Amino acid sequence: MAQTDFAADAPAGRAPVAKPQGYWAGVGARLVRDPITMLCAAVLLMLILAAIFAPFLGLADPYKGSMIARLKPLGTEGHILGTDEQGRDMLARLVHGGRLTLFIGLMPVVLAFFIGSALGIVAGYVGGLTNTIIMRTVDVFFAFPSVLLAIAISGALGAGIVNSLVSLTIVFIPPITRVAEAVTSGVRALDYIDAARATGASAWTVIRVHVIGNVLSPIFVYATSLTSVCMILAAGLSFLGIGVRPPEPEWGLMLNTLRSAIYVDPWLSALPGVMIFVTSLCLNLLSDGLRSAMNVRD
Amino acid sequence: MTRLLDISDLTIRFTGKRTVHAINNVSLSMEQGETLALLGESGSGKSVTLKALLGLLPPKRTQIEGRIHVNGTDIRALRGRALQRYRGGEVSMVFQEPALALDPVYTVGHQIAETVMRHKGLSKDDAMAVALDMLDRVRIPSANRRLHNYPHELSGGMRQRVMIALALACRPRLLLADEPTTALDATVQIQILLLLRELQREFGMGVIFVTHDIGVAVEISERIAVMYAGQIVEEGTTHQIIRDARHPYTQGLLAANLHDVDRGARLNAIPGAPPALEVAPMACPFAPRCPKAMDACREGLPPFLSLADRRRVACLRADETVPAE
Amino acid sequence: MSATDAYIPQPDTGGPAQPLLIVRALQKHFPVRGGLLGRTQARVQAVDGVSFEVRKGETLGIVGESGCGKSTTAKLLIGLTPKDRGEIIFDGVPLGPDLPLKDLRKGVQMVFQDSYATLNPRLTILASVAFGARVQGLPDPDGLARKMMDRVGLDPDRFAHRYPHELSGGQRQRVNIARALAMSPRLVVLDEAVSALDKSVEAQVLNLLSDLRAEFGLTYIFISHDLNVVRYISDRILVMYLGEVVEVAPVDSIWAEQAHPYTRSLFSAMPSMDPDNRTSEPPLSGDPPNPINPPPGCRFHTRCRFAAEICKAKAPTLAGLPGNAAHMVACHLHDPASGHPKAGQGVPE
Repeated sequence: MAQTDFAADAPAGRAPVAKPQGYWAGVGARLVRDPITMLCAAVLLMLILAAIFAPFLGLADPYKGSMIARLKPLGTEGHILGTDEQGRDMLARLVHGGRLTLFIGLMPVVLAFFIGSALGIVAGYVGGLTNTIIMRTVDVFFAFPSVLLAIAISGALGAGIVNSLVSLTIVFIPPITRVAEAVTSGVRALDYIDAARATGASAWTVIRVHVIGNVLSPIFVYATSLTSVCMILAAGLSFLGIGVRPPEPEWGLMLNTLRSAIYVDPWLSALPGVMIFVTSLCLNLLSDGLRSAMNVRD
Repeated sequence: MTRLLDISDLTIRFTGKRTVHAINNVSLSMEQGETLALLGESGSGKSVTLKALLGLLPPKRTQIEGRIHVNGTDIRALRGRALQRYRGGEVSMVFQEPALALDPVYTVGHQIAETVMRHKGLSKDDAMAVALDMLDRVRIPSANRRLHNYPHELSGGMRQRVMIALALACRPRLLLADEPTTALDATVQIQILLLLRELQREFGMGVIFVTHDIGVAVEISERIAVMYAGQIVEEGTTHQIIRDARHPYTQGLLAANLHDVDRGARLNAIPGAPPALEVAPMACPFAPRCPKAMDACREGLPPFLSLADRRRVACLRADETVPAE
Repeated sequence: MSATDAYIPQPDTGGPAQPLLIVRALQKHFPVRGGLLGRTQARVQAVDGVSFEVRKGETLGIVGESGCGKSTTAKLLIGLTPKDRGEIIFDGVPLGPDLPLKDLRKGVQMVFQDSYATLNPRLTILASVAFGARVQGLPDPDGLARKMMDRVGLDPDRFAHRYPHELSGGQRQRVNIARALAMSPRLVVLDEAVSALDKSVEAQVLNLLSDLRAEFGLTYIFISHDLNVVRYISDRILVMYLGEVVEVAPVDSIWAEQAHPYTRSLFSAMPSMDPDNRTSEPPLSGDPPNPINPPPGCRFHTRCRFAAEICKAKAPTLAGLPGNAAHMVACHLHDPASGHPKAGQGVPE
C-alpha cells in the first residue's frame, strides 16, 4: 500500500535493465567506434613499437656513415629513404631517432601531468592561502613564453637529454596546474562534494573518490594536446644545440643538420619534419577523440 | 477580425542520436487580446511550442508539420527580412532568465532603443524616448537613471521588468512569456504577474504564458491549455479548468498543488513519470499513470470531447460529470 | 532484510524533552573581496544571530526569499561552511570537544535540491549511496545501500549499477534521500529538496518523506520557498529575512495569523488559486535588499508599511505573542514597551 504509490518513476513504456558497464569500459567502447581516433592511435602505436624495438628490426647502423654515399635520394638501393649528409641510412636514423624524440617528447608531459595535477587539485580543493601560494608561484613561470623558458632553463643546466627533460617538465607544469586548479575548484563547488563531506569523510577520501575521477579526464585531454607542443619544443632545443647532441639520432637534431641539404634534396631533408608533423597531428587528433569519448552523457 | 493565432495539426520531431516526438498533433487557436496559459511539466512540449511560434527551432534537426498562422500570416513560410520583422515586431518573447537574455555589454536603454530603431526606423533620440517611456510603463522607479544602467546593476525583478519593456517596445500583437517568473522570489513574482496583467490590458495584446505552476496560471490567464507528452489534453477558461477539471492529469496537477490539502494527509500523487516520447504516442499517453484508465485508453489516441464552445478534453471518460475524488 | 534493520541511529541520550538541535546566535558573514590586493571590501551578512530549536520528531520548516540565509543556515548546521560565531547543540551536547564535527555528521544529514550536481556523475548509484557507510566503516556498505535504495522505491537490481545521468529528476532525488538515510541520521536537513521536481513527482517524494519520518522516527528541517509545501510537511515554520529570524510559530498559528508584516506579505504573495478572486495588489514592491549592507534597526523597515522611527533605530527581538508564547515574532508592533506608535495593537489590516 504505502509502497505502491511511489513505485519508481521510470518513464512509462520503457523497461530499463541493469547494465553493469564501468566508466572506462564505456570510454573504450566509444573509442573503438571512432575510426579517426583509432587510426591515429594505431599510427602512434606503430611509431612507439618501432622505436622500442629499433635494434631488433634488422636496420642499418644509424651511426655508421659513408663518405661516398652522402645524401642519396629516396628509393636508393639499400637505402630506401636515402642517406643523410654523412651517408648514414635515413630509415635507421628515423626509427632510432623516434626513441629519443618520443621519450623527450612524452616524458616531460607525463611527469608534468602528475606533478601539475597534484598541485592543481590541492590548490583547487583546499583553496585559501594554499591556493594563493601555489597559483602565484605557477603564475611566475607562466609569465614567460614556453619556448623562452625551456631555452633559459636548458641553457642554465647545460645541454643533454636529462637536462632537456627537466627543463621541458618545468615548462609544462604551470599550464597543467592551471587547468587542474580551474577544473577542481569548479567540481569543489558542486553539491555532491558537500554531500560527501557531510558523511564525515576526510579531505583525502573526498578527493580520491569524488574529485579525481571528475577532474582527471579534462586534465588528461589537455595534457595529451601538450605532447605535440612538447615534441616540437624538444626538437627545437636539439635544433638550437642545447638538447640532444650529435651524433645521436633525434628528429629535431636531424632536421637541423639536414637543413643545409634542403637545396640538394628537399624531400630528404623534410623527412624528420614529416615525422614530427605526423606524430603531433596524431596526438592532437587522439586527444580530440579522447575528449569526446570521455564525455559520459551520450 | 482575423484570429490572433491558429495552429493546426502541429507535429514537431527532433531527430539526431535520439528521436524525440516533442509535439504531437497540436491544434490551438487564440482570439485577439486573449491571455492563454500553456500549463505543463518539463518535457510536455510547452516551450517547444513557443519556439516554433518564433521559428527558433534548429532547422537541421527539426521536422515540423502542420500550420502555424499568426494574424493570418503563415509564419512557417517566412524567411529572411520578413522573419526578422515578425520576430520582435509582431511577436516577441520574455525569457525565464533575463540575466541571460539581456546583453551584458550594453545599457538597458541602448538595448531597447536598438530594437525600436531596427523595427520602427526611428532616430536614435526618438528611440531613446520610447525606451524611457517603456521603462516608465513597466513601473521602474526613476526610469531616467535606470536607462543608463547595465543589466548586472539591476536586481532580478528589475531585469525582468526591463526584459518586458524590451519585448513590448515594438507593440507586438502577441507576447510569448516562457516561465518569466519562475526564477523570481515569491514577492517579486506576484509583482511581475500583476504588471503583465495590467500591460496586457493597456496594450490589448495577446499573451501566451508558459508555466508549470498552476497557481501562476490562475493569476495571469483567462484561458488554460494543459499539455502532456507533446499534446494538449485539456483546454478551457481558467474558471472551467480550476473548478471543473475533467482530464485525470489536470485533476492530479490540481491535487499536487497542495493548496487545500490537510496537513500530513497522504497526497494523492500521480504515480510514475511522463513518457520519454521516443516513439509517437499511439494511445492515451497518460494511461500508464491514470487511475481511471480503461482498456480502450490503451488502444488508441482518445479523441477530443467538446464539452462547450472552446472547451475540450482528450479523455474517454471526460463526460463523467462527477469529479474524481 | 528490511531497511528498518539497517537503520541504526545513535542512541537518544537527552530524553524526549531535550530538543534534538538547539542553535544559538549563529552568525556567518562572508567577506566580499576585491581590488588589487584582494582586501575585504564589504561583508555579506548571510546569517546574523539566528537562534532556534528543533524538537525530537518534529519538522521545522524554514521559509524566506533568496538572500535570506536559509541555505547558509543549513550548511552551517553540518559544518559544510564554518560558522563565525554561535552554538550548535545536538541532543544536549554542544559541538566542540565532546562532539567533534565528524560525530555530528553521523547524526545530521542533508538532502540538496535536485540537479545534476547532487550526484557524482562517475559513480554508480550504488557506490554513491554506499559511500557514507564505507567512510564510517560500517559492515557491508553495499548491502545497506541496496536496502535503502529499496526503501526509497528504487529497485536495487535495476538501478544499482546505473549512472546519475540515466535517471529522472524524481529518481535522482530518491537516490539523494537513500544516501542520507544510509548514514542512519537522526536529523535530516532538506534544502529545497522537492523544489526542482515536477509537481506530480513532488507529491510522490513528499509522501516518501512522510513515510520515512514515521518509520525511522526522523526529525526534519525542511527548507523551501514554497509555502504550500512547507505547510503540508511542517509542524512549525520559521521565517527568515536578510539573515535574521523574524517569526517562528506552529503552522496552524501562523496560518491563522501572520504576526510579522513581512510574513504577511510573503503569505499574500502566494497565488490565490481562485479565478474569481485573483490577487489585485502586490503585497510588497521591489526586490529583497542586498544582504551586503542590510539596513539598520529592523531590517524590514525599508519595505514595511508600518515602519516608525523606532524601527529604524532599534532592532526588535524575538518574543512570544501575548497569550500564545509558542508564536514568536521579532516586531516592535507586538511589544507594548517598544515605543512604536501602534505598539501592542498587532499588525493593522
